[in-house]
Amino acid sequence: MASRAASIPQSPPFPAGLTRDQLLEIYRYLRLTRTLEERLTALYRQSKVIGGLFRSLGQEGESVGSAYALARGPNPDILSPLIRNLGSMLVMGAQPLAILRQYMAKAEGPTRGRELNVHFNDLEKGYLGQISHLGDMVPVMAGIALSFKLRGEPRVGLVYVGDGATSTGTFHEGLNFAAVQRVPLVVIAEYNRWAYSTPPEKQFAVKDLAEKAKGYGIPAVTVDGNDVLAVYEVTKLAVERARRGHGVQFVEVKTYRRKGHAEHDDQHYVAKDELDWWAKENDPVDRYVKQLIQHEWAEQRELKAIDDRVKVEIDQATDACIDEPLPPGESALGGVYAGPAAAPRHWYRSL
Amino acid sequence: MADVTYLEALRQGLWEEMDRDPRVFILGEDVGAYGGAFKVTEGFTKKFGEARVIDTPISEAAIVGAAAGAAHMGMRPVAEMQFIDFISCAYDMLTNYVATARYRAGLATPIVVRGPCGGYVRGGPFHSQNPEAAFFHTPGLKIVYPATARDAKGLIKASIRDDDPVIYLEHKWLYRRIKEALPDEEEILTPIGEARLAREGKDLSIVTYGATVWKSLEAADQLAKDDGLAVEVLDLRTLLPMDDAAIMRTVQKTNKVLIVHEDTRTGGLAGEIAARINEQAFAWLDGPIMRVTAHDVPLPYAPTLEDFVLPQTEDIVKAARWLAAY
Ligand SMILES: Cc1ncc(C[n+]2csc(CCOP(=O)(O)OP(=O)(O)O)c2C)c(N)n1
Ligand SMILES: [Mg+2]
Repeated sequence: MASRAASIPQSPPFPAGLTRDQLLEIYRYLRLTRTLEERLTALYRQSKVIGGLFRSLGQEGESVGSAYALARGPNPDILSPLIRNLGSMLVMGAQPLAILRQYMAKAEGPTRGRELNVHFNDLEKGYLGQISHLGDMVPVMAGIALSFKLRGEPRVGLVYVGDGATSTGTFHEGLNFAAVQRVPLVVIAEYNRWAYSTPPEKQFAVKDLAEKAKGYGIPAVTVDGNDVLAVYEVTKLAVERARRGHGVQFVEVKTYRRKGHAEHDDQHYVAKDELDWWAKENDPVDRYVKQLIQHEWAEQRELKAIDDRVKVEIDQATDACIDEPLPPGESALGGVYAGPAAAPRHWYRSL
Repeated sequence: MADVTYLEALRQGLWEEMDRDPRVFILGEDVGAYGGAFKVTEGFTKKFGEARVIDTPISEAAIVGAAAGAAHMGMRPVAEMQFIDFISCAYDMLTNYVATARYRAGLATPIVVRGPCGGYVRGGPFHSQNPEAAFFHTPGLKIVYPATARDAKGLIKASIRDDDPVIYLEHKWLYRRIKEALPDEEEILTPIGEARLAREGKDLSIVTYGATVWKSLEAADQLAKDDGLAVEVLDLRTLLPMDDAAIMRTVQKTNKVLIVHEDTRTGGLAGEIAARINEQAFAWLDGPIMRVTAHDVPLPYAPTLEDFVLPQTEDIVKAARWLAAY
């Protein structure tokens, strides 16, 4: 079989203008996301991950596919991920070690134990962490994109928003503001059929989230969110349109949240056969693997090699930080303002 | 008499009012089929139907605004904030519309806005807040904050029956941590505006509310054992309007007062309480009015950081000991 691998050319017929290496890289990010989340789940069960744990199982495709459409490297495009966009952060260059430290509130983590899960940023790499208040990142990302426009930088902002979060006021204000200002912003609306326990019928009266964008004069498309390459292609088009000065672009990804809202949620409100169907028939990683193999874009053993390397990488990152200390209590007081002065320590702490 | 948790007591109170008064209905995110993020409204849809237990979109301003409109028309809505941290999204509705409606326009707005507050649970900056100070400054609102199971029940019932808008703050750290035997036959109603003497003493008073009532009681036990001090603990229960008379009574009795709250210090309620004591009972004081509060930072996630920032029992012990010796 070794000779067969060598015969695979590094040029088309590959899809979506991607090279073979890129196709394999996309696979690596999908696997990395899933394996890292599985590790986080294990650590959560051991009470090492202290807060809640939110899974993106079944949604890795839309996270990875959309982020992969952005420019990375120096002066990257900037995205703002949600709790279920771990894959997007990994694509932008977030390191498993930093993510593990953050979830375990380690002193060496990116927020030094102040914030939880994916609430952290690296603007050099191209991601801005969310806050919990849903919808808030839409206007903020409109502002990031506005800065690109004002400075004439050929960069694009991308913001994720859940189907539930499209009900917030900030989502609507931010979207309209961005549309009027014609800023280079791409909105990825994640129709994953749940907002905690709330189904779409109780969340909005339109069928597709894309209809909401149209009300603001924003071009919108809907895409199969579990088809990684389709998400990539559609987002790529949107990103390039935004970059060329065509204003806000809206991409609705249809996908499915296969786990509960967070690990504590037993999903008793979800039909079991529905979950089974999405797991068996419409898993984004399985579908991508099938494509890779059927079109002979890659070989099973190459994918297996990637799986193995990912596992080793995550084992090493976990081993490197699992026994690290939490931040010292006193360090909580610094950094509220730009100046060096920390918040005062209360009088009785010195008694 | 059955032992019920703080959460179950709140649930019973809501249930009884829904049962008693058809004008009462509940609206909020995931309150129906799911029974609420913390299961406060579990089983309500089955008993009262979907029309009276409304699963809403993620739209806090609309939840509160719609509750206000329905209340003008004679309904008694109870709005749930999934976490009280998200009440900030309804700040405009509450402070501008709801709070002024009676004064401006003679409109009754008998709504209750309730939700889980507070830290000590490793929730990080957006699932741990205590928002009382943000609303305390707004005339027209009432704010209650039960510390016991009995008051969790008594205050939700009183809030629903009150003719003005009430923000009902419930502490998630207390939800399943405390239990109390509540009589089945007696109707429990806690009057809004009345503090509760949680522990009698003569040497020093602690004025507090919410989760720190329990930390203060723990400190008082320790001070009795180790120092022979008799510490009085006053649980405010209602923050707005505040029970000045109860505060002055305890000050006049012990002549020393320590104010304890979980919220941050600057602009926190302790400042207002201290000012009132200063105005109304200055002559009775034998020492400075002192505060034990959270440090002035957003509440961080790591256990080491959260423990440092929040007031702990040991802090209350030390501060009280210092004040007693003053
Ligand atoms: C303003 C606001 N209200 C309520 C919440 C509580 N909350 C957290 S996630 C969530 C559901 C979000 O659903 P969706 O936007 O569809 O994202 P998904 O979880 O499906 O990724 C809710 C209600 C919040 N974070 N912010
Ligand atoms: Mg959703």
